[in-house]
Amino acid sequence: MIYSKQVLPSLSLLALLAVWQGVAAYLNSNTLPSPQTVALVLWQAIQSGELALHLGVTLLRLLVSFTVAMLMGCAIGIILGRNKGLDAFFDNWLIIFLNIPALVTIILCYVWFGLTESAAILAVVINKLPNVIVTIREGARSLDQDLLDMARCYHFSKRKTLVHVIGPQLHPFIMSATRSGLALTWKIILVVELLGRSNGIGYQLHLFFQLFDVASILAYTIAFVSVIQLIELTLLKPLDRKSLIWRR
Amino acid sequence: MSDITIHIKNKTFPAKGHAGQKQAIANLELKLDSGEFVCLVGPSGCGKTTLLNILAGLDNDYDGDIEVKQQTKPPKIGYVFQNPRLLPWRTVRENIELVLDKTQTPVEMDRLIAAMQLTSSQHVYPERLSLGMSRRVAIIRAFAVDPDILLMDEPFVSLDAPTARQVREQLLNLWQQRPHTVLFVTHDLREAIALADRLIFLSAAPMHVLSVISVPIARNERNNEEAIESFRQQLIHQCPEISSLL
Repeated sequence: MIYSKQVLPSLSLLALLAVWQGVAAYLNSNTLPSPQTVALVLWQAIQSGELALHLGVTLLRLLVSFTVAMLMGCAIGIILGRNKGLDAFFDNWLIIFLNIPALVTIILCYVWFGLTESAAILAVVINKLPNVIVTIREGARSLDQDLLDMARCYHFSKRKTLVHVIGPQLHPFIMSATRSGLALTWKIILVVELLGRSNGIGYQLHLFFQLFDVASILAYTIAFVSVIQLIELTLLKPLDRKSLIWRR
Repeated sequence: MSDITIHIKNKTFPAKGHAGQKQAIANLELKLDSGEFVCLVGPSGCGKTTLLNILAGLDNDYDGDIEVKQQTKPPKIGYVFQNPRLLPWRTVRENIELVLDKTQTPVEMDRLIAAMQLTSSQHVYPERLSLGMSRRVAIIRAFAVDPDILLMDEPFVSLDAPTARQVREQLLNLWQQRPHTVLFVTHDLREAIALADRLIFLSAAPMHVLSVISVPIARNERNNEEAIESFRQQLIHQCPEISSLL
């Protein structure tokens, strides 16, 4: 069973493809094209450069909004986690923002700030920020006071304390915020693009929806999901491993 | 070098949860000479750690004064906590390097690491160390800052006897190479006699000084178990006021 780790996931993917193929053949309808059709459309989209263009735009939005949300979220989360007064004051705000539907923030941002790029980014950030804050705040609350005292006693600078004492303790929380954040952010970005941008995957999906072009919708979805999976494998997993080196 | 005068009139912990407020220290007066090795002996929970935290500047919520007479600016403090308090995500060497300031050279650090016999483990993460090794790293870290005052809070507790003796000898070696004021908390009287110039006996909370006794045993006699034991017996006979601690 040594290779079952590689074999089983591949088998399950093949099974999924087979089911899709079967159902598509049985229905024989335009609303569910076969895997081959989708693969062909995907190939055409890649060759025409259209996919790369829209995927690139969406990924750029993802990168910007995600970075802004993570940086702000970490800073605010640490402050709230370490300061009981501020935390008690802002707790209600957090709960309210956590529960505002993404669609509402997006619509309001577009209404208030116009159909602009910054309004789109802002909408994504506002949606993502409360989640990051809540996760990081949890981590900041459970920081080891003994180690903080040690740092204070040995006159660690603020930067040194952040990098060597606080950062490593928050690492699992940051990774968890990153993971859930990535999944949440890209879904919101698609809606943002659908409602108010003239490029990006979300815009394209909207277009295909109006044309009832299901093959293209599936092709774009597959491309996008693969890219996100690639980010997980090439960036997040190695980061995880690197941070666990010190554990027994 | 420092002459330290400590006078803490009152240190009270506020009520928290079910525990009512607790007075930890009441009218404690201590004078420490520079380069002196002083052991604080007292029942557990009497407030020794609180006192060390106050001296280390970790706890400023008390009523009293601490005066340090010395030429240099604020005194440099090395603190060996009851638990080693190493950063688990940094190697032994990195843990020590982190407390150094820019003027200090790694050469001195290498010497300390070698003196504590940790050269071969210096690139290991603390989770892989035994407790005795972790405690030695914590001691090196405290020495590495080249402290004016060294605070040690039961640093050898829960070590087996041979390891404790070995680390104790290494500690004394380091201290004799470069004497500085040491305040060493313990509840083990034999250990205190083996290490200290003076013993300070403390009461149960609220803590104050019960009595101060100089240890007359010469430094080169300190690993003589009999000399230590006979001095201990002598203390038990002569000082009824501290008998509860012995």
